Amino acid sequence: MPSEKMLMNGSQTVGEAAVRAGCRYYFGYPITPQNELPEYLSARMPEVGGTFIQGESEIASINMVLGASVSGARTMTSSSSPGVSLKQEGISYMAGMELPAVIINMMRGGPGLGNIAPSAADYFQATRGGGHGDYRTPVLAPGGGQELVDLTFEAFDLADKYRNPVLILGDGLMGQIMEPVVFPDFIDLKDLPEKDWALRGCKGREARAVFSMILGQKGELYRHNLDLQKKYDRITAEEQRWETKCPENTELIVVAYGSAARIAESAIEELKTEGINAGLFRPISLWPFPLPALRELSKQIPKVAVFELCLGQMVEDVILSVGERSEIYFHGLPGGIIPTPAQVAEFLRSIVKGDGKVGRRIEV
Amino acid sequence: MITRTIFAGFGGQGVLLMGYVLSHGAMHKGLDVTYFPSYGAEMRGGTANCTVTLSDKKIASPVASNPDILVAMNFPSLEKFESTVVEGGTVFLNSSLFEERPSRDDIDVVPVPIMDLAREAGSARGENMVMIGTVCAKAGLLSLEETIKGMQAALKGKDKFFSLNQKAIERGFAFAADGK
Amino acid sequence: MSTDIEYKKIFGWPESLKHNPTHYCPGCGHSIAHRLVAECLDEMGLREKTIGVPPVGCSVLAYNYFNFDMVEAPHGRALAVATGVKRVHPDKFVLTYQGDGDLAAIGTAETIHAANRGERISTIFINNAIYGMTGGQMAPTTLLGQNATTAPGGRDSRLHGQPIDISSMLAVCGGVVFVERCALTSVKQIRKAKKAIKKSFQCQLDDLGFSLVELLSPCPTNWKVSPKDSWDWVNEEMVKTYPLGVIKDTTGYEDKK
Ligand SMILES: Cc1ncc(C[n+]2csc(CCOP(=O)(O)OP(=O)(O)O)c2C)c(N)n1
Ligand code: SF4
Ligand SMILES: [Mg+2]
Repeated sequence: MPSEKMLMNGSQTVGEAAVRAGCRYYFGYPITPQNELPEYLSARMPEVGGTFIQGESEIASINMVLGASVSGARTMTSSSSPGVSLKQEGISYMAGMELPAVIINMMRGGPGLGNIAPSAADYFQATRGGGHGDYRTPVLAPGGGQELVDLTFEAFDLADKYRNPVLILGDGLMGQIMEPVVFPDFIDLKDLPEKDWALRGCKGREARAVFSMILGQKGELYRHNLDLQKKYDRITAEEQRWETKCPENTELIVVAYGSAARIAESAIEELKTEGINAGLFRPISLWPFPLPALRELSKQIPKVAVFELCLGQMVEDVILSVGERSEIYFHGLPGGIIPTPAQVAEFLRSIVKGDGKVGRRIEV
Repeated sequence: MITRTIFAGFGGQGVLLMGYVLSHGAMHKGLDVTYFPSYGAEMRGGTANCTVTLSDKKIASPVASNPDILVAMNFPSLEKFESTVVEGGTVFLNSSLFEERPSRDDIDVVPVPIMDLAREAGSARGENMVMIGTVCAKAGLLSLEETIKGMQAALKGKDKFFSLNQKAIERGFAFAADGK
Repeated sequence: MSTDIEYKKIFGWPESLKHNPTHYCPGCGHSIAHRLVAECLDEMGLREKTIGVPPVGCSVLAYNYFNFDMVEAPHGRALAVATGVKRVHPDKFVLTYQGDGDLAAIGTAETIHAANRGERISTIFINNAIYGMTGGQMAPTTLLGQNATTAPGGRDSRLHGQPIDISSMLAVCGGVVFVERCALTSVKQIRKAKKAIKKSFQCQLDDLGFSLVELLSPCPTNWKVSPKDSWDWVNEEMVKTYPLGVIKDTTGYEDKK
């Protein structure tokens, strides 16, 4: 049965959604602003017969995830920026070994220890693989609330479907905010397709090994990478997700994701009363980036305003999408300050007026 | 309809709980709601605040540029947030604690002697409940029943506090109705 | 004419080893350790329920030799990976096989904490006092005075610190039930090592806690000596820093003579 409506913060929401999506193995190391997630699961996992381990580090935690994943389980870890940097080793190995897992990053300000205020400065790390090697991981960027539930379910499905780690990129704001959410019923793990690659002991079959080191002299690694690339191409073709809110008379598209998109949406609302008609294009999959959809949209509406909670990362994908045909404006806020809709409204007003006071024009 | 409220005060004044009661009550009423607590570094110095947004439509930004309502449980909170309140907005003050008043004249000011009212309600520790009762009633956010429901949901499992808190909330509603 | 000779198999290829020639150097301890692990798994009937975790090190390709399920771990993380495996499959037999760089340098944290949690895992720890795979760099276990490519002139305690006795460090952890150090460089010691490995496996089967068998293992290639000299060096020098014997045993097992 679906749950009744519950008021939960973003981190707890992801935790409950993961449990209902069949995750029974969570490994993580504390870091603000996502501690509510491990705290929640430390109580919740035992209730559903699952395992919660507070690892000795993020490195240990992600490798525990690796072990649980190769054993055939749905498994997850979570952290915030500095911890996710440490997890990159394990993510790269899992990409190479084609192991599914869900990794949550509730981003905070960086570089280094930065601070614990929300930020979106890990976009490059998340969408370009993050660790070493030629690999990609699908990255889902929820807007918070109910979408955290829905995308957590999807993340587990995508991970299993493509045998690949999947990232959910949230931020400290989203992790802390409470909103009403409804959870779907628990999935029945028995309904999931059999993982015929998992390790369970070799009884009744040949022994099997799962590894990422491929030393063969006959181009084995070369072919492995080409195979991985084919998979990434398939994901790129099939798994783009976005939301467009552009009414008929839209004169300006705002491109933003996650918390930034919600703040931008309120700014757009505010501007309506001033006769400024801005629309919203919200990428939900950051990799694969919904490039063709944005390209099409920008053919009709050539003014594109990019708003990010960092000093310009997603904007590069926007440039790739819309090219020099469009007028691209950028406004970014470095981590440490929680932006308000009023600040975004100033940026959009400044584009319409052409006074260049807030943000800057990107020359392509 | 969209209403944004900031609750602010010292840690220990039950500031976050007030927001939590309002959020639960609003959800019970069928509204969309976002509850955004200040956290971590922002909480230094023992101050706390939270922003609650209520709407009959889906809420976009959980962060408010300008609140419609400010609930200031101490003077530093008034100082910090007074200028952000929208024109025509309302400031609820803990008049038991400080005598300063907003310098603006384009906002409504409601001083609430929560200490006395809480004592009258038989719950010296229920100052925050008196305040949330006054706010919900005066601003027309929630009915008495919805506010009590919100309190019970916010304090789920702590049933022993329900009856005293309910009295404090009722006292707040009464104060909002007749100003005493 | 008929003969009534009965043939009894007294030696053969363990089922837990694949029929692949190994890439290990002549005189290397890894081959012997592999064989011992395989024999113990066979004799205890564990092969089909075993999931092994090889390290990054000279034995990174152990899955080409061991005939049971294996998952590679990043360098040093074998015990974290094994923890994940064991928690999903508490009914399976999980072992890690790790070198000294892997277990006692880059993986120190993973090692100590898995041991301290008392993970029901058996660890085979190959101490060859050197980084074999990468070409003879100093390991945390390198002896004082021992040459390494990154300790020219020999390990100097003021520069490099003392060789680390990780097995004794692990012995103080509450979750650890059995630790023994053996050598792979004499028939007598090899037999002892086999017994110790079996005992460690038994600890896991009996759900007692974490156990580890350290095997002093020759690396003639990086020590730059002949196989024979490498064996002598273990028996004469290495045992001075790493004395053989049981380091911790709270199993309560009675040792059969
Ligand atoms: C993160 C990382 N750092 C460094 C290496 C390179 N590396 C591979 S094996 C090894 C040392 C292996 O030494 P040991 O664990 O003692 O095993 P041995 O080869 O001696 O059996 C190193 C440093 C690596 N693979 N990964
Ligand atoms: S380098 Fe040393 S440890 Fe590695 S295979 Fe050769 S002898 Fe064995
Ligand atoms: Mg070594």
